Amino acid sequence: MRDSLTDTATEALPITIRGVTKTYGRVHALDDVDLDIRSGEFLTLLGPSGSGKTTLLMVLAGFIRPDRGSLRFGDDEVIRLPPHKRDLGMVFQNYALFPHMTVAGNVAYPLRLRGISKAEAAERVEKALETVQLGGYGARRITQLSGGQKQRVALARAIVFEPRILLMDEPLSALDKKLRERMQIELRHLHDKLGMTTVYVTHDQREALTMSDRIAVINHGRVMQIDTPSRIYDHPANRFVADFIGESTFLPVGRDGPVVAYEGQPLSYTDTPPSGDLVLMIRPERLRILTGEAREANRFEATVTDIVYQGDSYLMYARLADGAEVAVRGVIRSTTFSALPEVGGSVTLGLDPEDTVLIPAGDAPDE
Amino acid sequence: MAGWLSRPASETQVTHGQRLWLYILAGIIMLLLVAPTLIVIPMSFSDSTYLEFPPEQWSTRWYDNYFGSLEWRSATVTSLSAAFLTMLLATPLGVVAAYGLHTSQMRAARLTFVILITPMMVPLILVAIGAFYVYVKLKIVYTLAGVVIAHSLLALPLVLIVTSSALKSYDMNQEMAARSLGAPRWKAFLTITLPQIRFAVITSALLSFLTSFDEVVVAMFVSGGDNSTLTRNMFNALRDQIDPTIAAISTIMIAITTLLMTLAQVFGKTKEGG
Repeated sequence: MRDSLTDTATEALPITIRGVTKTYGRVHALDDVDLDIRSGEFLTLLGPSGSGKTTLLMVLAGFIRPDRGSLRFGDDEVIRLPPHKRDLGMVFQNYALFPHMTVAGNVAYPLRLRGISKAEAAERVEKALETVQLGGYGARRITQLSGGQKQRVALARAIVFEPRILLMDEPLSALDKKLRERMQIELRHLHDKLGMTTVYVTHDQREALTMSDRIAVINHGRVMQIDTPSRIYDHPANRFVADFIGESTFLPVGRDGPVVAYEGQPLSYTDTPPSGDLVLMIRPERLRILTGEAREANRFEATVTDIVYQGDSYLMYARLADGAEVAVRGVIRSTTFSALPEVGGSVTLGLDPEDTVLIPAGDAPDE
Repeated sequence: MAGWLSRPASETQVTHGQRLWLYILAGIIMLLLVAPTLIVIPMSFSDSTYLEFPPEQWSTRWYDNYFGSLEWRSATVTSLSAAFLTMLLATPLGVVAAYGLHTSQMRAARLTFVILITPMMVPLILVAIGAFYVYVKLKIVYTLAGVVIAHSLLALPLVLIVTSSALKSYDMNQEMAARSLGAPRWKAFLTITLPQIRFAVITSALLSFLTSFDEVVVAMFVSGGDNSTLTRNMFNALRDQIDPTIAAISTIMIAITTLLMTLAQVFGKTKEGG
């Protein structure tokens, strides 16, 4: 018997998705999706509601049968397998615990279905509960648990039979902010410990950035970009991703060979920009207020239109010469906030070449 | 008494005194509803050879008469068998139909639901006449099977409505969770869904039993001969000779019905508590 819940990592499986398409009437819930999920990675499907991310998860789980396409777990084609034969753990948004069973009864359910003896099942249930820090809670009723505890039971139930793939559908959305942030870290640690391939669905970009090895940004049933959190944030592949993740302003730029210019002023940048029409993406926290000592930074003259105090940071809105409004975020220390220019005053903003990100002007890939 | 009248009856500070008219009205309505049923109980213990109220002399001779009569006993067996078989047929069918219609994505599901509950809305006499003509063609008129099928038709809407409403407050994600954990769909239903709607199913079963046991109109048409139901024989007995035996039978039926309804209520109530 393997002992993987405590010591070694479960052998994980890669997931290969090819050409998966699902339409409801004329709506493409999934539009020819190709996706390679690596063995043992924590991949997040991130997108707005109605983007198709949950549909894709349900295809992985076997609850939705796509119109066409292929789905492989490792080398096995599973697209025609019913959910109960896919042998994957799944955590649902509202936990979906069985209220007519105890905590131990819930966690033992998948073991009972697999014909595992009572003694061994009891042992594995306790081990799984300890893994999610609920050791000794076996006899409790589901109704006696808090939201966070229910979440842990759902997780224990999904991992107790050592599936090689774990699916999670917005599992933290019902928890309050503090608990949610703690659970994000815990889930990530658990993933590292168990090592199973994890596919996580969320619409919360911060959650995705915090937890994932890679993020697949989904919109209109298509994968807009798949990359590491920092690449997704700093080098979005298109305007949708740039807009959906983080705050950003887009400035139109002209292009003449290698020279990219905003309002006639050439920009210095470090990364080779993609081909085609470009826009300049500006994140509020990457803009600085220049006070003379400017090094290589790209400079923008602007007029301050508003200043918002947000406790840990301030947000300053400024209008550029062409009328576009940009936001500047800065950390508040006792000296910085009072040193800000007045509303209506003029200000010079700087953007380092490393932070000068040029992205395709279009919304979607291949368009 | 005066103190009770001026005490508030609810959070809104309305006193019992102000509510007095409501108590009296409710009392009268309850009396009117229940009295016709209860009046047969003293009548059944009368010594008289015809139905009288109030009885002048008491006896249990009509109970003896009932238990001693082959005809009445046979009708009782028919009624109980029909009720039991109706329960066995209508409950699973109705539960399965409710489940199917609840989970179905089809537009036709709502229409199907309405079609299945029409027996409840169509005048009973039409159902009876219809059943009679169909049964004559199928050669199952005056058979137990015929009675059971007709009564199941009447019981199905009740099962459907009770079970559907239970499914509405049930979280179907649980069944999906069970399936993802390795349960085939039928097993997920039996181990996860059914235990949680069991009170509705038990209530449905009791209601199905009573629907058949108390039914007279359809039974008048499709039951007969050796397979006459108790209610059919009672109706005929009332028409031919007014005999307190039927008061005795009524009393027994009231006792059975009340017992089953009480059970249904008790099971229905515990639903909330889990």
